[in-house]
Amino acid sequence: MKMMKKPFSMQVDLEQFIPATDKDKEYMVQMRPSSTFFRDGLKRLLKNKVATAAFIIIVIITLSSIIIPFFWPYSYDQQLGVVPRKPVDPSFNNLAPFEYGETEQKRIAEGESVFPHIFGTDSAGRDYFIRIVYGTRISLAVGFFASIIVLIIGLTIGSIAGYFGGKIDLVIMRIVDIIYSLPDMLMVILLASVLKLVLDLEGTILEKIGSNIISLFIVFALLYWVSMSRLIRGQILSLREQEYVLSSQATGAKGSWIIKKHLLPNCISVIIISTALQIPNAIFTESYLSFLGLGVNAPMPSLGSLASDALNGITTYTYRLIIPAVVISLIVLSLNLFGDGLRDAFDPKLNG
Amino acid sequence: MNTKTLKYIIKRLLLALLTIWVVITVTFFVMHAVPGGPFLGEKAISAEAQAALEAKYGLNKPLFEQYLTYLRDVVFKFDFGPSIKQRGRMVIDILSDGFRTSAKLGIMAVAGSTVLGVILGALAALRRNKLIDKIIMVVTTAFVSMPSFIMGSLLLAVFAVSLGWFPANGSTSSGLVLPVITLALYPMAYITRLTRSSMLDVLGQDYIRTAKAKGVPARKVIFKHALKNSLIPVITYLGPELAYIVTGSLVVEQIFAVPGIGRAFVSSITNRDYTMIMGTTIVLAILIVVMNLVSDICYKIADPRINLE
Repeated sequence: MKMMKKPFSMQVDLEQFIPATDKDKEYMVQMRPSSTFFRDGLKRLLKNKVATAAFIIIVIITLSSIIIPFFWPYSYDQQLGVVPRKPVDPSFNNLAPFEYGETEQKRIAEGESVFPHIFGTDSAGRDYFIRIVYGTRISLAVGFFASIIVLIIGLTIGSIAGYFGGKIDLVIMRIVDIIYSLPDMLMVILLASVLKLVLDLEGTILEKIGSNIISLFIVFALLYWVSMSRLIRGQILSLREQEYVLSSQATGAKGSWIIKKHLLPNCISVIIISTALQIPNAIFTESYLSFLGLGVNAPMPSLGSLASDALNGITTYTYRLIIPAVVISLIVLSLNLFGDGLRDAFDPKLNG
Repeated sequence: MNTKTLKYIIKRLLLALLTIWVVITVTFFVMHAVPGGPFLGEKAISAEAQAALEAKYGLNKPLFEQYLTYLRDVVFKFDFGPSIKQRGRMVIDILSDGFRTSAKLGIMAVAGSTVLGVILGALAALRRNKLIDKIIMVVTTAFVSMPSFIMGSLLLAVFAVSLGWFPANGSTSSGLVLPVITLALYPMAYITRLTRSSMLDVLGQDYIRTAKAKGVPARKVIFKHALKNSLIPVITYLGPELAYIVTGSLVVEQIFAVPGIGRAFVSSITNRDYTMIMGTTIVLAILIVVMNLVSDICYKIADPRINLE
């Protein structure tokens, strides 16, 4: 640095104030197209190898649980040893993997090809592989729909409490506090054990789904919305202080409009993330209840009820327990990892 | 303790009382929605016998009066009435029979999971991004994703059935090893992750650097400054942990045939022993609510900086 003549006066270097040349301007132009919040998040998500792998596993499991039952030659409740007008053939019960029943062996001897029982059959002679596939389908469906129910209720109540505030908020939040401090699993067991007796579904469309699953959904709707609504309320409380909400109010927009147009889209990432993390939770609860005998109605299988049934023959047929155990752990693990990945990618507050 | 803390404690106490009241009320009315009411089995009985039973249990009185009687009995006498499936036994006697075993199981699981979880978590934090940290994180992630009944069944299949190291029946004390492990693995994994993240947080604080800079030996920094402060979040988990262990013990006691409250509860669900379901739900709920209260208050006292509002 050269010596300054007057150290305390502003020494302006005029060279810094000449107009920029075209070359300089070109340097400043951004060559990259602007990215949206969603695209940014997606990019971050795809960079996360664990989350991507988890997502692929979820997709594979879901698709196969939907598609396989269409072409599989056996159905989940078909007892292979039971043929109309013939005595029950017990050789079909408890087949080991890739074994065949007596009539099937005869057919093979005659040169026919018989579709193999990949996981063998259960004690009632039902193909175990298709039962696993069906059980996966039920568990995934219950998890998914239960989370949607929780989402809708939590979203509605949370946004009302957050937006209107005051007395409405106070009352709702007291109710939330109480439900939140209830021991949820005990209440779930209590409700599930009674609801299936109380519900009268005969003749309705819901009859096919079964009283147990319906009561499961009701239980979820009653108890699990609280944490979701707490989350949404917190988000909305901070968002509604923003200027654009004020300007919307000033131009005469109604409350429902502001919630729908301004507030919810701005907390969408939080909503998606917590819904994604809710699904494994619901699958957990369903399998737990099925294990206690409060889940799906027999003969419909779920992964929990399959594991519970397998416990009786654990000494001889250990694989029948291990298969649903592995599937359920895989589903829950990948959903959790994917949810974590989503949170890392889409929650800008955690990006720092 | 300042007035703010005191106010918080009083508020939490009131909320806990309110929660317990809600539990009792919900349980009572849900159970009375069962066709025939909780005191009658599903077997058809003669009209006189039914009338006699109704008179005995006060079922002929208006519902609200029955509710008040039940509430009074529960609150002042801790009396949940007789079991309707195990003739001549009171619900509270069945519960206190199972309580000793279940409490033993629960306390061992809590103690084991907390100690191991803190050690593993601290280890992972101190060896951050090293191989041991990665192994610990992968294993704990796997444990967190495994439902307790799956874990229990697998342990039973491997260690009791295939290897024969432990008895499959949980009524002896060596038979309690597998149930305790089953119950402890999930909370242990959770506490490990909790301790790891809070320890990492604490290790980045200024006072740790100050301590290191002024020449405090590494061991003292870790145990006295870092570990002690990173244990505070673990306190809050004790309440949810107990809730987990209570619900987990329902299936675990079933899998290993442990004669505790959990098994009695599950068999009362399958037998539709409604008074037993009511009694067990209320007792376990009170236990969980009280434990949550205690752990939250301890948290508040241990770290006055935290605002729990």
